[in-house]
Amino acid sequence: MIRVQTADFSLGDEYAALSQSHQTGAVVTFIGKVREMNQGASVSGMTLEHYPGMTEHALQQIVDQAHDRWPLLECRVIHRVGALELGDQIVFVGVASQHREAAFEACHFIMDYLKTRAPFWKKEQTTSGERWVEAKDSDTQAAEKWHQ
Amino acid sequence: MTIKVVFFAQVRELVGQDELSLTEDYANVESLRQALITRGDKWALALADDKLLAAVNHTIVPLDTPVNPGDEVAFFPPVTGG
Repeated sequence: MIRVQTADFSLGDEYAALSQSHQTGAVVTFIGKVREMNQGASVSGMTLEHYPGMTEHALQQIVDQAHDRWPLLECRVIHRVGALELGDQIVFVGVASQHREAAFEACHFIMDYLKTRAPFWKKEQTTSGERWVEAKDSDTQAAEKWHQ
Repeated sequence: MTIKVVFFAQVRELVGQDELSLTEDYANVESLRQALITRGDKWALALADDKLLAAVNHTIVPLDTPVNPGDEVAFFPPVTGG
């Protein structure tokens, strides 16, 4: 399940959806939030841009790769777009599997790939004005470790 | 048949438009990029190739990828979601 939306999401609702099957023995969830300090400036909010069509396609490809690599029961990915404020939820990744290792690793993999392959762009509002967030080499390195 | 070109984030802001339609033929993404750069300084800055990413029909591709009539070509900076 992939969703790109302006609306907020509920961890409780997503957990309920992930844990429906009686085969499920492990559920790992990740939420990314709008943080106050980023790259040396105080952030009050951000606007998230995406590429409608390609973004959903890229997220689906990442989830498909996770299913190929680990024995997963379900993956759910939600990414918000539009205007977000400090403290808002940005992204949800939830993975259900029979055993914990697959769920932990697949959740980590999906986030690392999402950061470097899914077409989203953040423009932050800071105390010194608006700025586009710079892509980080550490995110690229994090994704590359899954190639090994 | 035309080629649809779309721009995102800093690239979109610099070139001052979301998309355009082109009727000329281009051998590949790089020759399209070179043609767009001649439109002006902001286009050259937006489409400098050091960090630019390109996609054809919703898949990120190398700049030597062929472009065909009906394709949608996108130019954008490295992604920063999550």
